[in-house]
Amino acid sequence: MSRREVGERKAVISGIGQSDVGRRLNREPLSLTIDACLEAIADAGLTPADIDGLATYPGNMTVPPGFSGAGVTEVQDALRLELDWFHGGIESPGQLGSVINACLAVAAGLCDHVLCFRTVWEATAQGDKSRASTMPGAGSMGRGGSVRMGSFMQWNLPFGAPSAANWIGMMAQRHFHEYGTTREQLAGIALNGRRNAARNPKAIYTAPMTLDDYLEVRMISDPLCLYDCDVPSDGSTAMIVSRAEAATSLRKPPIHVEAVGSAIRGRPSWDQWDDLTTMALRDAASMLWERSGLTPADVDVAQLYDGFSFITLCWLEALGFCGQGEGGPFVEGGTRIALDGELPVNTHGGQLSAGRLHGYGFLHEACVQLWGEGGERQVAGSPEVALAAAGGGPLAGCLLLTR
Amino acid sequence: MTRPFRVLPELTPENQHFWTGGERGELCILRCQSAACATWIHPPAPVCPTCFGREVAPEVTSGKAEVHTFTINRQPWYPNLDPPYLVAIVELPEQAGLRLTTNLVGMEVEEAAIGQPVSVTFEQYDDVWLPFFEPDLEPDVEGEDPSVGGAEGEDDS
Repeated sequence: MSRREVGERKAVISGIGQSDVGRRLNREPLSLTIDACLEAIADAGLTPADIDGLATYPGNMTVPPGFSGAGVTEVQDALRLELDWFHGGIESPGQLGSVINACLAVAAGLCDHVLCFRTVWEATAQGDKSRASTMPGAGSMGRGGSVRMGSFMQWNLPFGAPSAANWIGMMAQRHFHEYGTTREQLAGIALNGRRNAARNPKAIYTAPMTLDDYLEVRMISDPLCLYDCDVPSDGSTAMIVSRAEAATSLRKPPIHVEAVGSAIRGRPSWDQWDDLTTMALRDAASMLWERSGLTPADVDVAQLYDGFSFITLCWLEALGFCGQGEGGPFVEGGTRIALDGELPVNTHGGQLSAGRLHGYGFLHEACVQLWGEGGERQVAGSPEVALAAAGGGPLAGCLLLTR
Repeated sequence: MTRPFRVLPELTPENQHFWTGGERGELCILRCQSAACATWIHPPAPVCPTCFGREVAPEVTSGKAEVHTFTINRQPWYPNLDPPYLVAIVELPEQAGLRLTTNLVGMEVEEAAIGQPVSVTFEQYDDVWLPFFEPDLEPDVEGEDPSVGGAEGEDDS
């Protein structure tokens, strides 16, 4: 089999930034975005004049409320960027698809320094209304007449299943059925996130959580309980993807992109995916290892999407840290994935406890750990290889990073 | 009692067979019209994903299914659609992997189980007949051709 060129190795990450993170910050989302962007640019030792590429997920959108904080246009104009390449859009390999695109842009020589950002302000946008008020169709309810929906949503919404909690809940149920996975095992992910969040000054939820707390909290969509679901948050995260040759004398040693995974080889659907226990994570993870000589055993720290705890379990299986169906025993008790465990996972607390920054938080934390900037949550032994993965269901993208 | 609020599908020529077949008590799914292929296609698409033939048309299914997975939704999302209720993905016997999302009805939420045989039942909302599934008390014997004899259609004649 002919081996493709691994073009993403011409890309590095040269700086990171993050705004305040919280519930209902009541800040302008563009202002949060600029906080994160300026911090990332300065972190790399660059100025806005050096930025010639811009990438974001999901681009400018007005619904769901707070899902997009700013698009390419607003950020370019606010900072008067002179761009050779830009992209914003939602049809990509998960949230980190935008960063993967940036890697390809610099590798292709289209630009030197891409500012990548993701902003959410779902907590402020939701305001004092219920979570249900943000669901598709909710905005039109109570005005008489029926609410009609096209697109893929038509296959879920009529059945009162508007939330990813329902869709992921059904995948988890199937995993429980096939492999004997239990809620007690799944709890290991939520509890690990909460423990790590206590060491992260920006984390939202830091109060200690016990297994009993987890087992007794209300259920949302069986087998998922409240603590299996992330919570709407406000915050912006940014990073600079640079062309390796243009980043040799910047402020910090560059983080190398060893490989990316962007594949989706099954049906792009929440209910038609062939094996619901694997999701698209299976394909993205498989592609990532096809492009690298490294193996799961080489990874020192893994930041794996936890919009729902069950998704982290699936990423662990997909990436080969354990076998298919063995995720439950792998995370049970949480010692293996703890800060001082054999594979520290979600060292910042993940979205479950540190805040739903929607994908970018995991890549940010992977860089924090590789640069040794983790403070109280820094993994011992100077991690050299990190994995950042984001997305669930039919959305999945991942990056393998080295320093 | 007020009827539950339901977001309804926007009817189009492409999806109408699925959402309105219930008026005749029929669960209709698109199918490749090449006799050699005859792949069932869901959600509807203007091409067969197996042979890439362009002749596709709705056909009536057995209306039987098996629960592939399910969840007990316990969160209120819509007015008068009161939790708990069952959301499920069911798989039709016509073809491996031929699935759809639905509600399981006619059972307590604790009674749902993966692998459970179910059969379609329709509920009308405006011009849409939503296909729900209820326990199938007379599932077909494995391998039996549902078009020959079987449990349905004979009792009333």
